[in-house]
Amino acid sequence: MPVPALSRVRHLGLLAAVVAAWWAVSTHVLDESTRALLPPPQAIAVAAWELATSGDLWRHLRDSLKREVIAFLWATSAIPLGIAMGWWRAVEDQFDPLVEVLRPIPPLAWIPLSILWFGVGDTQNEFIIFLGCFFPILLNTITGVKGVEANLIRAARCLGAGEASVLWRVVLRAALPQIVTGVRVGLGVGWMALVAAELVGASTGLGFLINDARTVLRTDYVIVGMATIGLVGLGIDRAIRVAVARLMPWSRAMSR
Amino acid sequence: MSTVTIDGVAKVYPGHGAGDEPVHALESVSFRVADREFCSLLGHSGCGKTTLLMMLAGFEQPTAGTILVDDRPVGAPAWQRTVVFQDYALFPWMTVEENVAFGLEMKKVAPARRREVVRHNLELVGLKGFERRYPHQLSGGMKQRVSIARALAVDPAVLLMDEPFAALDAQNRSRMQEEMGRILASDDPAVRKTMVLVTHSIEEAILLSDHIVVLTRRPGRVKEQIRVDLPRPRQEGDPAFVALRERIRALIHDEYEIET
Repeated sequence: MPVPALSRVRHLGLLAAVVAAWWAVSTHVLDESTRALLPPPQAIAVAAWELATSGDLWRHLRDSLKREVIAFLWATSAIPLGIAMGWWRAVEDQFDPLVEVLRPIPPLAWIPLSILWFGVGDTQNEFIIFLGCFFPILLNTITGVKGVEANLIRAARCLGAGEASVLWRVVLRAALPQIVTGVRVGLGVGWMALVAAELVGASTGLGFLINDARTVLRTDYVIVGMATIGLVGLGIDRAIRVAVARLMPWSRAMSR
Repeated sequence: MSTVTIDGVAKVYPGHGAGDEPVHALESVSFRVADREFCSLLGHSGCGKTTLLMMLAGFEQPTAGTILVDDRPVGAPAWQRTVVFQDYALFPWMTVEENVAFGLEMKKVAPARRREVVRHNLELVGLKGFERRYPHQLSGGMKQRVSIARALAVDPAVLLMDEPFAALDAQNRSRMQEEMGRILASDDPAVRKTMVLVTHSIEEAILLSDHIVVLTRRPGRVKEQIRVDLPRPRQEGDPAFVALRERIRALIHDEYEIET
């Protein structure tokens, strides 16, 4: 439902107050020596402009996004696996213990081992993002498949659908909204893991940008990097929501 | 030409935990449904009537006894026995047209013929002009019409209906019952099928059936079989209708303390 512009503006009241407080603290509370820790909003805007026009920001953003996309593509292997686990009991029985052991290990805990395996660089970063993406997609796919209404499957069977048709034409479609939820969560977790991986194991990317800026006390660049990470994460999430509303108009009716 | 023979059918569900009593849903149920007969299974919830329908469709197997359709035992689900579900079970990602065409696609009917059959069946249930809608854009009554059209489109030998009108509001329900009666009265051989309806509504059973099988409470057994010879279309106010209703009500009252 479209929100009227006026009420949208009203929703931004608190945000505006926080920015104003930030400005006040930075200019009137902090002195020359500590101001570097929290530069005022306008200094951040200037830094953002610098980074954007020099092309540095885009280069780091491009490298980060590339890693996210590659890792995500690998992580989509969770979809067929999740369908198999949700559909065939024997597959679930075999894979479930393995998944249960691996799943609670945070992707970040894999960073040391992954550096030893892959060295510092793209592959290691992608591996960490892959781990972040994989499990949310897997678990949501399994839940989606198991949650398919029994009568939809029965209806398909009595209309003459065989096992393959039931899986492809009914189970996959019916589970799709839940699978997309997994993709959304997975991309979000992956994006967070990416930044952490880049903090220690990369020489490009947004995570590297903010860590590198820290070492030279460029707080303004750190904050620009952080804001970019946040905005891009939000953008990815919004894009998926819009795509779902466009491509699966029936999915909202289904989850009711 | 399709007959249904149910002979000594029982269904026992094992208890869930160790030491749980097994649940006897149905016990030695036997009756026949003649070709092109409309048969209603009547009883309160929990009498096993839906279980019986699910076994007829092939979704579940009887613990004992046999179910024959055209003298062959019922095996896995197949298009010869389609089901109309209480919750419609329409595929929400398919349009009305695609839902009705699904079974024809599974049967590998050629596209041109498929379109023709879909059109014919949607006309039959009064949904011409709604081909491109999605189920969530339809009312409950319209969804059930799609479901009926979908089940009829594959030209099954037997049409099975599980409380198809129970989820509708009173007004829509009586309209759907009336239309079902109209469809039943048609001589179109593609429509006039052997039908089995599960219901807890005495009025619905009398309105539509040639043959009513009243089931006892759990474990479900055949309490009595009643032929309904009233002329169609039937009127609820008709004295013969009322008399039959009172007779069935008394039968069911015997079984259950509480009236619905």
